[in-house]
Amino acid sequence: MAGDAPNTRPLDTFPKLLAENARVRGDRPASREKDYGIWQSWTWSEVADEVRALACGLKTMGLARGDTVCICGDNRPHLYWAMTAVQAVGAIPVPVYQDSVAEEMHYIYDHAEASFAIVEDQEQVDKLLEIKDRLPLLKQIIYKDPRGLRHYSQPFLHRYAEVQEQGRTYDRDNPDFYEASVDEGSGGDICTMLYTSGTTGRPKGVILSFDNMVITAANASAREGLTDREETLAYLPMAWIGDNIFSMAQAYVSGYCVGCPESSDTVLEDLREIGPTYFFAPPRIYESLLTTVMIRIEDAAGIKQRMFHYFMDVARRFGMDILDGKQVAFGDRLLYSIGNVLVYGPLKNVLGLSKVKVGYTAGEAIGPDIFVFYRSLGLNLKQLYASTEASVFITIQPDGEVRPETSGTPAIDVEVKIADNGEVMFRSPGVFQAYHKNDAATAETKTADGWVHTGDAGYLDSENHLHIIDRSKDVGKLNDATMFAPKFIENKLKFFPHIKEAVTFGHERDYVAAFINIDIESVGNWAERRNLAYSGYTDLAGQRSVYDLIEDCIEKVNQDLAADEKLGGSQIKRFLILHKELDADDGELTRTRKVRRNTIAEKYGDLIDALYSDKTHCSVEAEVTFEDGRSDTIRADVEIRDIASGVSAQAAE
Amino acid sequence: MDTARNIGDVLLNVEDISLSFGGVTALNNVSFDVREHEIRAIIGPNGAGKSSMLNCINGFYHPQDGHITFKGERREQMQTHQAAEQGIARTFQNIALFKGMSTLDNIMTGRNLKMKKNFLWQSLYFGPALQEELEHRAVVEEVIDFLEIEAIRKTPVGRLPYGLQKRVELGRALAAEPDMLLLDEPMAGMNHEEKEDMCRYILDVNDEFGTTIVLIEHDMSVVMDISDRVVVLDYGKKIADGTPDEVRANQDVIDAYLGVSHD
Repeated sequence: MAGDAPNTRPLDTFPKLLAENARVRGDRPASREKDYGIWQSWTWSEVADEVRALACGLKTMGLARGDTVCICGDNRPHLYWAMTAVQAVGAIPVPVYQDSVAEEMHYIYDHAEASFAIVEDQEQVDKLLEIKDRLPLLKQIIYKDPRGLRHYSQPFLHRYAEVQEQGRTYDRDNPDFYEASVDEGSGGDICTMLYTSGTTGRPKGVILSFDNMVITAANASAREGLTDREETLAYLPMAWIGDNIFSMAQAYVSGYCVGCPESSDTVLEDLREIGPTYFFAPPRIYESLLTTVMIRIEDAAGIKQRMFHYFMDVARRFGMDILDGKQVAFGDRLLYSIGNVLVYGPLKNVLGLSKVKVGYTAGEAIGPDIFVFYRSLGLNLKQLYASTEASVFITIQPDGEVRPETSGTPAIDVEVKIADNGEVMFRSPGVFQAYHKNDAATAETKTADGWVHTGDAGYLDSENHLHIIDRSKDVGKLNDATMFAPKFIENKLKFFPHIKEAVTFGHERDYVAAFINIDIESVGNWAERRNLAYSGYTDLAGQRSVYDLIEDCIEKVNQDLAADEKLGGSQIKRFLILHKELDADDGELTRTRKVRRNTIAEKYGDLIDALYSDKTHCSVEAEVTFEDGRSDTIRADVEIRDIASGVSAQAAE
Repeated sequence: MDTARNIGDVLLNVEDISLSFGGVTALNNVSFDVREHEIRAIIGPNGAGKSSMLNCINGFYHPQDGHITFKGERREQMQTHQAAEQGIARTFQNIALFKGMSTLDNIMTGRNLKMKKNFLWQSLYFGPALQEELEHRAVVEEVIDFLEIEAIRKTPVGRLPYGLQKRVELGRALAAEPDMLLLDEPMAGMNHEEKEDMCRYILDVNDEFGTTIVLIEHDMSVVMDISDRVVVLDYGKKIADGTPDEVRANQDVIDAYLGVSHD
């Protein structure tokens, strides 16, 4: 070990970190995957062998330094290994959203100039074969799961295991190749290129270096005190920056174990079996977990219900303070610990969150009720302000100072400032290198001295906590010059469990109007309790009593808004419930489920016009696209409803 | 394994089968054969005798006339469990699962005939019985993986939507590792997407395991797409037999489906 002193070989790339992990903690688990109903594990030294074999195999197939390789599939250990193997030979891995339709894939493969593709299964291979003719640069396709591919005879298709086999042979003949190739890499090299889903226009390829990823990951691990004993579950898309940090960079830096779920449908159960200590989820996951709990509590026996509600009330009063280490009376502490034995502990266990040391949420605003619910159970849930261009971390809520309305204080080594126009800007070691082949966009986003425009409007308060209001470009004005912040209102709407998605309009209009998507699970359950028959989403969404239900929610939001001096005038006057769910496959949402305003405004122009007329009904046709590219139309007659009484600012008080 | 799709010799031969219930003739002198590794469809209007035909093949009904030869062995008055032992598994038109049991347990029942330990051993979860249980569980897990139903492994089947129940039923039949699979309307009542999935599973079963498949189905586009040969029954009689194209062009078939009056 003495001859291998760490400082002679800086650990500045993933392949080097992998070698180090194999040396220091070779017998500790590195990857897990549930297969055939059983959790299979690989230790760090096994992973190092797998990666080495694949890297050598890729070399024999002609992958050269600087080439790009697209990687696409569900979260699978083999695909994570492929990322590192590609990096080991000096090429650049580009993870692609696995549920993209063939056209979206074509754009990315073409733009990234990928010469190799490493994909999970037949589904992905089929999509690639569909567009392969138009991708002259794509030379080889490697797939992990051979099922259904036995009769595919194209010469450019290869099995992952066979590539590794070739690699092992090559490695025996050229034992020095792998180490030399790994040593050639350095921190300034490109680590990965991630395509941001982008709420406007085509996706942009964000180039991140090893330094960006490794330094940011090390800082984040240091701030939360993460060790190689952590367990985490990788279930969010590999193409998303968060997964690259939480399931790759931080795992490599801290040496902890990453589990992959059996399938995307089994995540909740896998979560319970793994019991992660470090956990990330967007707000909608916390919301749906809470909805499931509440639905099940309503079905529970009376005594259990009373016990649950009593102790949840106790938790609401003292839980947050206890978690933040504040002064709490002994009697209240005692009550809380009884609650912990009877309710909170078992509940967290059912949710698979009992071991969580740190849980993050980001991407969208989380409802204060939901946030408080989890924190009062004793779960250390924190909000992040994050972006792909920052390698995730911009601000984190610090332990002991977690306030639901802020996004926390700047992360280690991150500087945050507010530009004169109110836009949030940051500078950090994680700042991206450039947008691939798009100098104009790079120059627009990143200043010469390294500051990045986030495009979000916000402010820093007296204690240096960051508050985010909305996307700057989305903040508009009504005709009477009242400020209109669409996302702010939409988030308030979405905090109601019955509302899944909301889109509001108002810029340069006389009043604010809204499209609503109901949450089929929650409203469906509500309907079932009232013996309300319905045949599907469209039918349920059109029912009069569902409109009443949503109207109640909107009235509450209006009351809330009335209390705000700046936004009091932007109350919702008219709304409708959309006849179909907004879907990424139809281009209405991004792959990370953010609303694409322009697309929606174009597609549903008739409905918007109707909202700003005195019509009470509007008939629509909408095209839906299935994942395989087929499409179909849905026709419906949508009711438009006025909110009975505009609440004035005084009436709200 | 590349021979899986090569259609082989005759596996099942049905000769001059006649079946009647009192005065009703369900099947009248029907003959056809099924070759190894083939997907064979039986179609016909309602009441044509399709399900009766399947019930004869797996020994549930005993035809008054004619005989059935399976794997070269001619059989008389066979019972259903004997058919199962010989390697015939089936699914039903109306789902016949144990509603209160989980998906896993339902599929495990498909292994029933292959369990060799006696009741006493099985009541002990120990030693050879445990070993046997593990081996069967491994097969069941392969079926679960194949049909992509991991997420419902522990869900009681009564709570599953119809399309998934059909898939579980197929899983139970597959767990028996059959040589011949009888599917009675595997796609009835499914939506477009579910049908597509089911088609893919049927083709994959045929392709990966080389299982011979006999299916009854009403959706003509499905039948014409996936089957190698089609038998058409009408009022208990065979009116056509051949490749999908031949059958499609057959005047009797067109009449039967468009409803020409029978005098």
